[in-house]
Amino acid sequence: MFLNGGLPFVELSLVQVMPDSKSDIQSILDRLPDMRTPLRECRELILANAVMVGEIPAPTFREEARIEYVRNRFAEAGLQSISADEMNNASGILPGKTGERNILVVAHADTVHDESVSHTMQVSPDAVTGAGIADNSIGLASVLSLPWILDRLGIQLESNLVLQASSRTLGRGDLSGLGFFLDNTTVPIHSAICVEGVHLGRLSYSVLGMLRGEIVLKVAPVSTWDESSGRGAVAVLSELITKLLSIRLASVPRTSIILGSVSAGSSYNVPPTRARLKLEVRSEAAGQVSAVRREIEAIVAEIRAERNVDVEFQVVSRRRIGGIPFGHPLVTAGRKVMESLGIEPKIAPSVGMLSSTADRGIPALTLGLTEGSGLQTDEESIRIEPLFTGLSQLIGVLMAIDQGGCDAED
Amino acid sequence: MQKIEHWIREQTFHHSAFWDLRAMIEEKEKKGLSISLCIPTLNEEKTIGKEIVIFKSELMDRYPLVDEIAVIDSGSSDRTREVAASFGADVYLSSEILPEQGFKRGKGENLWKAIYQLKGDIICYVDADIANIHPRFCYALVAPLIYRDSIHYVKAFYDRPLAFSHGVRPSGGGRVTEILVRPLFSLFYPELTALVQPLSGEYAVRRHVLEKLPFPIGYGVETSHILDVYREYGLDAFGQTDLDQRVHRNQSTQDLGKMSFGILQSFLHRLEMHGTVDGLPELSNLYRQFQAHDNSYEQVVHEIIEEERPPMITLPEYREKFGISGSGS
Repeated sequence: MFLNGGLPFVELSLVQVMPDSKSDIQSILDRLPDMRTPLRECRELILANAVMVGEIPAPTFREEARIEYVRNRFAEAGLQSISADEMNNASGILPGKTGERNILVVAHADTVHDESVSHTMQVSPDAVTGAGIADNSIGLASVLSLPWILDRLGIQLESNLVLQASSRTLGRGDLSGLGFFLDNTTVPIHSAICVEGVHLGRLSYSVLGMLRGEIVLKVAPVSTWDESSGRGAVAVLSELITKLLSIRLASVPRTSIILGSVSAGSSYNVPPTRARLKLEVRSEAAGQVSAVRREIEAIVAEIRAERNVDVEFQVVSRRRIGGIPFGHPLVTAGRKVMESLGIEPKIAPSVGMLSSTADRGIPALTLGLTEGSGLQTDEESIRIEPLFTGLSQLIGVLMAIDQGGCDAED
Repeated sequence: MQKIEHWIREQTFHHSAFWDLRAMIEEKEKKGLSISLCIPTLNEEKTIGKEIVIFKSELMDRYPLVDEIAVIDSGSSDRTREVAASFGADVYLSSEILPEQGFKRGKGENLWKAIYQLKGDIICYVDADIANIHPRFCYALVAPLIYRDSIHYVKAFYDRPLAFSHGVRPSGGGRVTEILVRPLFSLFYPELTALVQPLSGEYAVRRHVLEKLPFPIGYGVETSHILDVYREYGLDAFGQTDLDQRVHRNQSTQDLGKMSFGILQSFLHRLEMHGTVDGLPELSNLYRQFQAHDNSYEQVVHEIIEEERPPMITLPEYREKFGISGSGS
């Protein structure tokens, strides 16, 4: 049933919901709206975790201190098989009654903020503000708090929950933490939920084809007054960008190039010798990312030859199209859970953690927990009240998986 | 000073020694102790929410070490009381506690009224302006009181230099400590120099000690406490815990000058009260600073009066509430 690297929706007709699962799911759905009230009683516990984990800087590749905190929390919760692996993922198992299934609940621990950024959080009655709170301290805190929350709600699942804070996810981390875990774990993962702090309503089940790359351009140092080449690396990069923007991209299925970051130079009057462009190519269509990549490489070669500069295009991460189809029972359960809580599903393909599970044939969803703003700035903020709906949603989907209502039949 | 060295060795702690909260709670329950956490506030809406969330989650919900968390507010004009209450703290207006005693504006007033309002056998005071608040700011201060019956008063200190290249480093307090209080202690109470940060706003004290202390309501409250406890019980009644680091607002030199003036008033008053010196002249309450406009200078005069509240045990209302017979004096 799992689609990997091909067109995502062609096998829809093969998916069948298990015959006895409807009534079970309905009984779960009936419980969810009232779950928010006891969840509000866990507010301080969840927010304290968010603040304490969020105030430990964890830029990608330097997550050790945050992971140590997570491991201690897992130990306090009485999880089993707590470990930090070679990639600095912290994992632990909350045993179920039978342990028939292992459900992975994962949140990424790394952030885009380095240690020089203030990680101090501010808590008001409505919101929490601070660097990384939305992406992804509140998501990680929710995973950390899950054992206490389930205990408080009197819920014990049949399945084991494999809780994980995953490292080396963002940027050049290229999801290597979660990938390493999935490739090396001795625990067979039945299905997975990737937890993101924002936005509530996010429902990701498919993975876009994606490529992230950097173009680094170097020119020889020149005198400011040298008319022929005084423009420096910025001007040549600008020319290259113009050519990139002229690449023809299909609108259906959609393909896009995102120019994410440009850096060069340090003053007003010295032409830089080096410039860097970070970009991302995304596509819903198989093969399109590779096609665009070839065009980018051709443009880079053309600039190199015409301008006699040193320019390289390096791919730093790659995602293959994949995921599960819209009709997969896990997606259906996710939508029903959202509807029962009055959440409007916002279906969005992922280029994040979901691609690690997709590459390995594990059915998974990415869910957002609350509303937020100022993403990836030091003014990141999340709203507290929607979090209880988001957590009800997470627990609802876990219960649906636990009951077998999300299993697909081939 | 062998006494100091012995005291530092035996009664100076690092918070990491008290990581086992379950064991601490067991000991607390075995000894039948109750613990109150008091946060004095005045316009602290930006930091108070986080403090309450962390203390309530970690030291009440998750580990029931603290029996009550109370905010005693001097009359904030911002949302301090609303924010604190929304996260489950017991919030009191200082002016509404013991109203027949009147209301005086000052942190010491809040600390003093907390003795009446709160129930604990141990009261832990934590300032509200700590940016890097952590449960250790409470549990690591009450721990020595739980484990060691002979310790009555535990001060926090903070010793985590951001960078230091040698094995030996000065272990100092803040500017007012190093420039004013430590020199005074060195002159008059050498043993008290062992307290690394005598002015820190975080400390835990047994009720039976607190209720007997007179309370300056202003800057001098911590200094006076230390001198009074030292005189009554000696150095062995103190403990101190290293909490690593405290991130908070830095005060201007002008503000530290006012603080020093208030502390000095209290200190000199104690010297006289304890009979260490006699015959001090009448002291002015006016603290003078100067500011320049181009080439002219003008005085800025601050009236700083270190009023004191009497020991709580001398109040009939207190003795009645806590069932204490006699006059308390």
